[in-house]
This record gives sequence, C-alpha cells and structure tokens, in this order.
Amino acid sequence: MHGLDFDIAHLLAGSLVLVSFMMIYQDRIYSLLNTFALQAVLLALAVAWQAWIQGAHHLYASAALALVFKGTIVPWALHRIVQRLGIHREVEVVTGVVPTMLAGMGLVALSILLMLQLTESAENALAREDLAFALSVILLGMLMMVTRRNAVTQVVGFMSLENGLILAAAGAQGMPLVVEISVAFSVLIAMIVIGVFLFRIRERFDSVDLESLDEFRGERR
Amino acid sequence: MTGADALSAVLVLPAGGAALLALLPGYRASSWINVATSFLTFVAAASLLVLDRPAPGDFLRVDDLNVVFVVLNTLVGFTAAFFSASYIGHELQIGRVTPANLRFYHAMYQMMMFGMNLALVSNNIGLMWVAIELATLTTVLMVGLYRTHEALEAAWKYFILGSVGIALALFGTILVYVAAQPVLGEGMPSMVWGNLISAAPRFDPAMLNVAFVFLLVGYGTKVGLAPFHAWLPDAHAEGPTPISAVLSGLLLNVALYALLRFKLLMAANEAAVAPGPLMIALGLLSLVFAALMLYRRRDIKRLFAYSSIEHMGIIVFAFGIGGPLANFAGLLHMVMHSLTKSAIFFAVGNVTQIKGTQNIAEIRGLTQSHPALGWGLVLAVLSIAGMPPSGVFMSEFLVVTTSFARMPILALILAFGLILAFAALLLRLSGIAFGAPSGEDRPMHGSLVPLWLHLALVYLIGLHMPQPMVDWFQTVAAILG
Repeated sequence: MHGLDFDIAHLLAGSLVLVSFMMIYQDRIYSLLNTFALQAVLLALAVAWQAWIQGAHHLYASAALALVFKGTIVPWALHRIVQRLGIHREVEVVTGVVPTMLAGMGLVALSILLMLQLTESAENALAREDLAFALSVILLGMLMMVTRRNAVTQVVGFMSLENGLILAAAGAQGMPLVVEISVAFSVLIAMIVIGVFLFRIRERFDSVDLESLDEFRGERR
Repeated sequence: MTGADALSAVLVLPAGGAALLALLPGYRASSWINVATSFLTFVAAASLLVLDRPAPGDFLRVDDLNVVFVVLNTLVGFTAAFFSASYIGHELQIGRVTPANLRFYHAMYQMMMFGMNLALVSNNIGLMWVAIELATLTTVLMVGLYRTHEALEAAWKYFILGSVGIALALFGTILVYVAAQPVLGEGMPSMVWGNLISAAPRFDPAMLNVAFVFLLVGYGTKVGLAPFHAWLPDAHAEGPTPISAVLSGLLLNVALYALLRFKLLMAANEAAVAPGPLMIALGLLSLVFAALMLYRRRDIKRLFAYSSIEHMGIIVFAFGIGGPLANFAGLLHMVMHSLTKSAIFFAVGNVTQIKGTQNIAEIRGLTQSHPALGWGLVLAVLSIAGMPPSGVFMSEFLVVTTSFARMPILALILAFGLILAFAALLLRLSGIAFGAPSGEDRPMHGSLVPLWLHLALVYLIGLHMPQPMVDWFQTVAAILG
C-alpha cells in the first residue's frame, strides 16, 4: 500500500466525519440540505478512490449512485418539498447544539477506541481506519435522528447514517453485493422521501413533526 | 420435480404472482389468484420436505434449519391469503380501501411472501439482508394501506425504526465479512453461510463479538424486542388484519431466524463471547415489559401485538439459555406462536368487522352472539396464554422447567412474567367472550376455516406431537448448540 493512496483514503473518510459534525450545528434546513449534499459528494469521492486502489470496478457504480442520487436528486427533491409544504425553515432541535456536539465527540471517541482496538491484528491498516470512520458517521447520523424533531431533518440523519454504511462496505476489501446494497438503500431513501411528500400532500397531517407521532403512542383515542 | 425445481418455485411463484396481480384490475379475481399462488407456493415448499435437497449454491440453500420455517411461512401465508380473500371485500364496501388500493395490496402481499421466502432460503448474509429489507418495505406499504391519519403515522414510525434497525444489521453484516475475509479470502465466498460456519473457529473473535451486538440490535428491532419494539403495536393495530396476522406470525419469525443463524456463527467460535446472556437479558426484559403493558390496553389489536412481544421474549430467552431442551422448546414455541397468533388475528379481524370497533370495552359476549367465532377466539387466547393441552403450553412448560434446572433465579422472573401475561389475557378475554352481548352486530364476512384449521393444528400437536416433527426439532436443537 502506497503512502499516498492511504493518505487520500484517510483524508476523504475523515472529511465525511467532519461534515457529519457540520450537519449537527446547522440551524437552517436549506443549509443542512446543502451540507448533506456535500457529504454525499465526499462519499462518492471516497468510494471512487477505494474502487481505484482496490481495482474493484463495480464500486464505481456505487460512487456514481451516491453522486447522482444522494448528492443531487435527493437534496433537490427535499428542497422542493420544504418549499412546497411550507415547513419551518429552522431546524427544531430537542437538545441544544453544545450538548449534541459534546455527545457527538464522545461517540466518535467511542467508535475509534472500539474499532482500532478491535482491528489491531488486521494487516490492512486502511480497512481498520475506514471502519472507525464509518462507525463514527453512523453513530453521528443516529445522534442526529434522535436530537431532531422535524421529519425532514430525521430523514437527512438517516441518509447520513447510510453514508457511513456505504463507506464501511466500500472499505471492506473485496466485499461483494455492495452495489446491490447501495441500490437497495437508494430505493429505501426514495420511498422515505416520497413518503414525506405524500404525507403532507394528502393533508392528513398537520405537520410532519414527529412529536405528534409521540402523542399517538399507546392507545387510539 | 426435483428439489432444485421446488426451491425455485418457492421464489418464482410469489414473484410472478406479484407481477401478475400488479397488472390485473378487479379485486375479486385478484384475491383468489392471491390464494392460488400462495397455495402453490405452499405445495412447492412442502415438497422440499420429501424431495432431495439441492446442493447449496452461493445464494440459496435448503437445510434442516430453514426447511420447516419455509413450510410454516408458506402455510400461514396461504391461510392468511384465504382469510384475506373473504375479508377484504367488506373493507372495500365500507369504504376503507379503494379498488386501486386493493390491487396494490395483493401485489404487495406476494412481494412480501417473496421477500420472506428469499430471506429464509438464502445462503448468503448479504442476500438475506436485502431480502429482509424487501419484506420490511412491503409490510410498511401495507400497514399504511387505509391512508388514515393513524395508519400513516404507524407506517411512518415502522419505517423509520425498521430502517435504523436494518441499517445496524447491515453494519453487523459488514463486520462479519471483515472477520471472514482474512480466512476465506476476498469476494463472495466470505459471505456464504456454509463457508462461514465451517471457518468460524478461525475468525477474529473480537470482531465477531462487535458484529453480533449490531446484528442483535438491528434484527432485534425487527423481532420487536424491548426496548426496540416501539413500532410493533402501532403497525399491528393500524394495518389490515390479515397483515397483522402475517406480521406477527411470520415476519417476526423471519427476523428471529436471521438472529439464530448468527448465533450459530458465534457458537462455532469458542473464543467469541457467548451470545446467551445478551439474549436472555433482552428476552426477559421483553417478556416482563410486554406482560405489564398488556394490562393497560384498550385496543384489541394492540393487546395481541403486545402479546407477540411477550412471546418473542420467551423464544429469545429459550435460545439464550441454549442446550438441546431449551432450543427444542424455542423452536416449538416459534411454530406454535406463529400458528396461534395468526389464528387470533383471523378471529379479531371478524370481531372488528362485526362490532365496527377495535375498542375492547365495546366488545362483549361473543360466545353468545357468535358461538363459532367466540369459542374459536376463546380457545386461541387460552392457547396463547399457555393453557394445556395446547402446543404453546408444551413449549412454555419446557422453557420453564429447563430454566428452573439451569438458572433458578432467572426462571422465577420468567414464571412471574408468564403469570402476569396469563392473568392479563384472561381478564380481557372474559369481558370479550362472556356476559351479555352488547354493541353493534353487523354481518360477518371473513371465513372461520383458517381460524379453526390453525387451532386444530395447535391442539393436535399439543396432545400428540408427530414423531417426524420431534425428530426434526431434536436435530435442529442439536445444531443450535
């Protein structure tokens, strides 16, 4: 493994984590969507780089999917949905930015401690660092899902979580079915996005705020 | 016909059926095509029991562990389709669904059967994940079928929690691959079950441990284990009743089957942490939590949804204890719960159509007003509560005695949970079934045949379990370790 190959893979995976942090402190939905698009583009680059250094050409398909679908179409569609449905332009949070950031740092530390210790014996340094970064992105995505109230921002959190998964799958040397899995995820995301849209366009919900789901929990009134 | 043909029929029939049903207008014909397709799939699956099994490939396999689950899956798929055919027409008449919805419903029904069958026969951890995702997506769509406020909310909640669950399961799957790759080499061989099991002793145990935690939380969400169960009661209560029957009876089993597969992998590696304690803890938590929640239910479908969480807890607990007897009990309980719980939902479907409500307080004296339905429900609920001589009693009895012999303190908690749930169910049942009939009395449309068929199976097995079945359970219990 050349030093440069490794460094670039490292840089790209690390910047995914960094963008995850940027997503946590965005307080406007539009800028959150833009940040997500940036993460998707970085993911596409990271996956394409893995495809190049592993000589795994099928990964280019995953990279292209990430770029076109998650980097372009989905953010654009969500922009339109926010516009059409007149959703609050501000991100509604459950906890403040500072505690969330601190929790996020804790999660990243946790995943690095866990993964690096775990893969100490592995001869492939690339795979182990990649897994640590990927788990960080996954945990930060989950953190975003639990600390956000609005359905659109939760969807963004889920997609960011899924970015971490694709990163992990691409980093696992020679893993088959990565393309199939990224297609399966794209279908899932497309359905979530369509779901958000349909919920509102039928005007069955007063808001897509998940808080109103909580009220419903338990029993039919 | 060879085993390979039967195996492809189990997958091709539902996939083809879904395509056909998506094209056909007219719900009457569609509902019977749905039944016929499900029946043929069941025949193909049952023939796998007697035909020579095809050699496992990179993607598909039939072995002792999955063959009976495939048969059970297609059997309940068929009876639920039959029930649905007699039931769903009335939902159209009272305007809860439109003809276009029904066309979609029937196509999705076969799609879901395809996803579940594929998950059961897959020989590949990646393919299994994709299949379970497919089954989840189709059930989400069906839970939201009525398009009411509540149904959409239930579907959305199921969607978000289910997605996070399967995302975590995928990370666990990737970690299993990462553990396997140094031993089995790059590419497809490192994802094939047969290879994984035989090479598992040489995997990195630490990696397997972490992978199992992700798999347990991920697939455990789909099993409905507390504290990841939040989607389950809403999804059961707001979807069409045939789908509640399939969700409880089949989809939970499929997710549990996936967990069992990975438990096997853990057990094959001696240095890896024993999965037992984790499963025991989650199982007991689900059991006691769900048993307590049973008391506050006012909605009849939610009541039985919580009962499903309780039974999943018992099963996971049994497999967590491990050993030939407890595994035997766990497998038997999976089969019995699946048959009984779907029977209960067939009965509940009729009850809600007759009374026009799911509110338990408004349902009274069913055994007087509708004896065949009322007594069927009584027998089914007694069975699920664990009264002898049903098969559920037998498996619960086995779980309790084994755990008393092995871990007396845990057995006390188990018995406490079981008694709590028993009392809660009987309390509710006495109101629903006995006393003076009250409330509305609309005509009944759903067929009672599937209900009584399932009951007959459950009680017959409880009275006398056929020898081949005992042999099969013993073989598989031994494999599970």
